[in-house]
Amino acid sequence: MVVESHETDGEFAGGGLGHTSRSPIVTPVFTDMVSSQTESGLLSSEGESQRTQYPYVTGTSVIGIKYKDGILMAADMGGSYGSTIRYKSVERLKQVGKHSLLGASGEISDFQEILRYLDELILHDNMWDDGNSLGPKEVHNYLTRMMYNRRNKFDPLWNSLVLGGVKNGHKYLGSVSMIGVHFEDNHVATGFGNHLARPILREEWKEDLSFEEGVKLLEKCMRNLLYRDRSAVNKLQIAKITEDGLTISQPYSLKTFWNFGAFQNPTVGAEGSCC
Amino acid sequence: MMKLLTSQTWVLASKRCRFLLLSSSPRQLRYLPLLIRFLLADLLQIGHSVNNRSCTCKFITFTYLKMPSDTMDVPKTGFSFDLCRRNDMLAKKGLKSPSYLKTGTTIVGLIFENGVILGADTRATEGPIVADKNCEKIHYMAPNIYCCGAGTAADTEAVTDNISSQLKLHRYHTGRESRVVTALTLLKSHLFRYQGHVSAALVLGGVDVTGPHLHTIYPHGSTDTLPYATMGSGSLAAMAIFESEYREGLTRDEGVNLVTKAICSGIFNDLGSGSNVDVCVIEKGKKEYLRNHLTPNPRTYVSSRGYTFSKKAEVLLTKITPQKELVEVVEVGGDAMEE
Repeated sequence: MVVESHETDGEFAGGGLGHTSRSPIVTPVFTDMVSSQTESGLLSSEGESQRTQYPYVTGTSVIGIKYKDGILMAADMGGSYGSTIRYKSVERLKQVGKHSLLGASGEISDFQEILRYLDELILHDNMWDDGNSLGPKEVHNYLTRMMYNRRNKFDPLWNSLVLGGVKNGHKYLGSVSMIGVHFEDNHVATGFGNHLARPILREEWKEDLSFEEGVKLLEKCMRNLLYRDRSAVNKLQIAKITEDGLTISQPYSLKTFWNFGAFQNPTVGAEGSCC
Repeated sequence: MMKLLTSQTWVLASKRCRFLLLSSSPRQLRYLPLLIRFLLADLLQIGHSVNNRSCTCKFITFTYLKMPSDTMDVPKTGFSFDLCRRNDMLAKKGLKSPSYLKTGTTIVGLIFENGVILGADTRATEGPIVADKNCEKIHYMAPNIYCCGAGTAADTEAVTDNISSQLKLHRYHTGRESRVVTALTLLKSHLFRYQGHVSAALVLGGVDVTGPHLHTIYPHGSTDTLPYATMGSGSLAAMAIFESEYREGLTRDEGVNLVTKAICSGIFNDLGSGSNVDVCVIEKGKKEYLRNHLTPNPRTYVSSRGYTFSKKAEVLLTKITPQKELVEVVEVGGDAMEE
């Protein structure tokens, strides 16, 4: 099944229009989701629903920026089980449809569940076979509704998501949190990245970064996180999405510097003063 | 139990309370209060005997002791946590303790080629309100040592003033310039003794005979020795700048610029920090306290007309009462209080 994206996008330019016209298909998908989860999944057999109280296996921050040709996103590959780093090859950046890239931090199992719902969404979209495909803005809206609805039932999907993509030359980068807070910006970060990467991005991001500059900026932020976030691992992936398509890099490590004079010799002149 | 310590002093312990007996002469008998009769009655249960003979201790004066001993003896050492227990009990019953003035801060320090540079923002918050728009967070410890403080404003002020006085006395005693590790040890032992109840997180920096030093001190009393350090609520934002741009052997201007950048990052990315940037540069033999080195948050709208009444307000009566000077203030030349 081949889906071609034509220039039928006059009416879909706003994105929202396209979405509402599809609602007859989308809503059943949603209620399917709801009913399936009440039967199977997380609930025990009693009527009392089991709410997600706390996450178990979590991924740390994701950072995304817009650059000249599209979106760049970076995430490390660690999955922590509480305070141990249990999994070191978790891919937290995934493709969604033709135009979008999703990165998630938080509970890994909920991320896998979200991917499954998105899979269904994209499948139904393809089944229309009308030459159109859901762009990043539509997927972002879908995710927002889903997260907010789950939060209203006191059973959230414990994730902070970053969604980026390019459709018809229009770059889009947005974020959705666990409780449904969503916004669109030129640079987003989740988790610890909010505190450690955002200040750097606010200072140094500018319009029309080249690919190399963008990667350097992302690596600077990821290095910062590696030094100061306890659940970070030194194995990361950088994903790039442009009009032409998506590439997710192979995992690699960052170089770190530990040779400050004060680290070599912290108690010069006063032996024993250091803890 | 009764124990004869000296010919004149008896020590007695009873099951219900502890008594300390002090000696007395027969002359004081008549001044003994009724209390003694009751105490004697208690003691009789354990079968004590009072020696009434004139040659030895005649009569006994008791002092009724409770748990903390406030007598002539040396008071119990260490912090008394009774009030902490009381506060916890009150909080459990629903009493909201008054919110203290927190500094909610960004404070930083770094070592450059010739010394230490300290930086701080100037906002003091009381919950969600900014209590002081332009407070001073870089405190004087010694001519060559300064200390930035984050946490409860009263605690940082009191603890730095206290240790500053101790350092001065130490300088007089030894006749030498204070060392940073001295201040460090005094501060960390003070904070440890109070088990974290003194909520002061400090960045201590200075230059002494052994070179430039920079330390962080946490409220529970642990310390770190670092080439660059940040503390306070804006510490992550400032640390992001330091981690990406710090290198060894910075010049003075580069150092000041980096510190200013880090504090600005805290000011603009953290809600607990704001207003202006204070910087203090300490080098061997000299220091520069740059108060309000940068003011990136000026008041942008000031009404040019000033304050006037609207045209509708009618002036009914104008009465001007000049201030009467009741007391004449004479400035006496002399030593102003140091810093």
